[in-house]
Amino acid sequence: MSTEAVPQQLPEHKDLVIEQLVIWYFLAALAYLIISMLGGFLMALQLVDHNPLRGIEVLSPGRWRMIHTNAIAYGFLANAFLGALHWVVPRLTLRQVASRALSYFTFAAWQVVVLSTAVGIMLGEAQGLEWGETPTWIDPLAQLGLLLVAINFLTPIVQTRGPMYVTLWYFTAAFIWTFLTYAMGNFVPEYFVSGTSAGAVGGLFIHDLVGLFVTPLGWGLMYFFVPILLQKPIWSHGLSLVGFWGLAFFYPLTGIHHFLYTPIPMFLQHGAVISTIAVEMVVLTVIINFFGTLVGTGQAFMKNLPIRWFYTGMVYYFLTCLQCAMQTTMTFQALIHFSDWVVGHAHLVMFGVFSMWLQGIMTYLFPRLFKHEWYSKTLCEWHYWLSAIGLLVMATDLTLAGVFQGYWWASLQPWEVSTEGSFPFWMVRIYAGLAMFIGQIIFVYNICMTWQLSRRAAVPATIAA
Amino acid sequence: MFESKSGVLLIAGLFFFALAFVSNAVVPMVMYRHLPEKTALQVVNGNVRYQFEDLARRYPEPFKQAFGSPPAGEAEEQAWWNEKCAEALKVGRKVYVGEGCWHCHSQFIRPVSNEDRRWGPVSRTEEYQNELQRPVMFGTRRVGPDLCREGGRRSNDWHAVHFFEPKRLSVGSPMPEYPWLFEGSPEKPNLKGLALMTYVQWLGSWLECYPDHEQYEESPTKALTLTEAK
Ligand code: HEC
Repeated sequence: MSTEAVPQQLPEHKDLVIEQLVIWYFLAALAYLIISMLGGFLMALQLVDHNPLRGIEVLSPGRWRMIHTNAIAYGFLANAFLGALHWVVPRLTLRQVASRALSYFTFAAWQVVVLSTAVGIMLGEAQGLEWGETPTWIDPLAQLGLLLVAINFLTPIVQTRGPMYVTLWYFTAAFIWTFLTYAMGNFVPEYFVSGTSAGAVGGLFIHDLVGLFVTPLGWGLMYFFVPILLQKPIWSHGLSLVGFWGLAFFYPLTGIHHFLYTPIPMFLQHGAVISTIAVEMVVLTVIINFFGTLVGTGQAFMKNLPIRWFYTGMVYYFLTCLQCAMQTTMTFQALIHFSDWVVGHAHLVMFGVFSMWLQGIMTYLFPRLFKHEWYSKTLCEWHYWLSAIGLLVMATDLTLAGVFQGYWWASLQPWEVSTEGSFPFWMVRIYAGLAMFIGQIIFVYNICMTWQLSRRAAVPATIAA
Repeated sequence: MFESKSGVLLIAGLFFFALAFVSNAVVPMVMYRHLPEKTALQVVNGNVRYQFEDLARRYPEPFKQAFGSPPAGEAEEQAWWNEKCAEALKVGRKVYVGEGCWHCHSQFIRPVSNEDRRWGPVSRTEEYQNELQRPVMFGTRRVGPDLCREGGRRSNDWHAVHFFEPKRLSVGSPMPEYPWLFEGSPEKPNLKGLALMTYVQWLGSWLECYPDHEQYEESPTKALTLTEAK
């Protein structure tokens, strides 16, 4: 590619990237993040019996728990990813997206999807599929949106010549997988199969959403930003290959581990357990690859805030996978399934890893988008520390709570023993969650101030011009 | 192949996905093909019919408003009860899903962790092959107890008060209240409330051991020694 590109003029950044759209996507993502956290907060208050809004139908904690998880998946993660993709894909392929109009259209359409999901769930229209509670009447629109996104980004990718960079392997596969996963999860168990087989599909869906939508996009972005920020290539190309192909093969096979000890055939459950442990091995190679890249420039972890976000996320990724390799075994499942351990695990992955990465990317990109330094570097540090520590406390707390709950249940004590015993853990979780929440508020405030500064700086320039 | 577009697109993107779908989803579908899916009407049984008619007796006015009154004639009346009961099950399931009950309550008993001693027989595939388990309500988190053997364990008026305000029956319960399933008081459940009660009473009503009770009673001899000690 480079040999061809040299004689020609390289396309300029401003012709490639629709910066305004990147900003919009990021802001939408942060708005949903805050809404989602409010929903989580409401459920947390309900559990410790301090819900101030009890008895109000549209604010029922059960409904808001679903908004909490869906707003993270489709509101925060999807929007933040789309923003980052609009920056990364054109710069990497040196080509524009298929159509700018399409980009704007998908932005609008996707917000319609997310908002109507939230309203639908609030009105009690949820679909009975975990992480796919999007009411059934929105599913076709969401499916169309995913198709348009895939077309828009795959066009520039397909036009490149020669072998692709690692990031693009992940992205290419992710566009296909996300489309297929959404279709499988939302239509098959609703319209075609019931019972145990529907359970198997539901398990595949929850896990593929993590493994084939969030994970590949996340790693793809890391393979792009980390070498740029550290100004050196990824340590080992071989390990990159192992990481991608290992993930592609093993990850889709693991879904049933969400429903161990159900009436799903036992050999399928064992197969899922083995594939899950294989995934952990694969993930380890990816993490080793990234820490290999860091060797020699370790100081960046201290001095470079985006790098710190990224590598903290990777440390949490390692912890997640360690946890996962244990909890996927039948031995652990007997104890911790259905407990808060699982909730802790989910937060460790979705906030500790992928949100950390996206926050790092936003911390890196916002000054470039606004063409202005951060309003306050100190506030950026607060954002980091509140998020990183809050999450660590929450994940540890819930994981421990899960072990206790498992023992209370197995020992056949009355049910209240488990809810009353969980009380202190649920209290700690509230404070940890508050820390994370305040971190995000600080970030949004910092963004607003930076934007104002950038406008003030820009005005005289335009007048002069 | 490993770094080419077609390799990534076709092998990783399509082939591996299809492989997983076939091995993890199509296999159980094929294995259970001899268990045809039952409709809501087919899963109405004597036990849940009893509870449904009990609702009509306990809450005559609200019941009439929600479901109307049975037609004359023995055969028509029987058919009417069955149909209305099936309808209630469907509405009840919708409420159960829409309120997110399934994020706090599971619907399967595992063969481990003493669950069969707490709740009753371990869950089997046949129990889930019906319209009301599409998508299946296994659940993933238990803040409250498992519900798949709940039918018949409590009376309808217990459920009514409990849904209206759980704390009245269960001190310190973290379960949310659902006053919108009622017209102002637990004596006046509306269509959704009646339907949800029917649905909860249906869970496990198909089993031989229905209703499945926890054995909470103290042994009489122990109580005797306690009073004597006083
Ligand atoms: C925040 C989590 C939560 C939600 C949401 C929730 N429950 Fe509960 N539920 C509990 C807890 C905890 C208990 C045990 C304490 C009690 O009896 O109130 C319980 C108890 C029950 C019981 C009594 C079980 C028994 O026999 O002891 C039933 C029935 C029940 N819930 C049904 C429902 C239904 C139906 C919904 C949805 C409308 C629902 N629950 C929503 C937490 C929840």
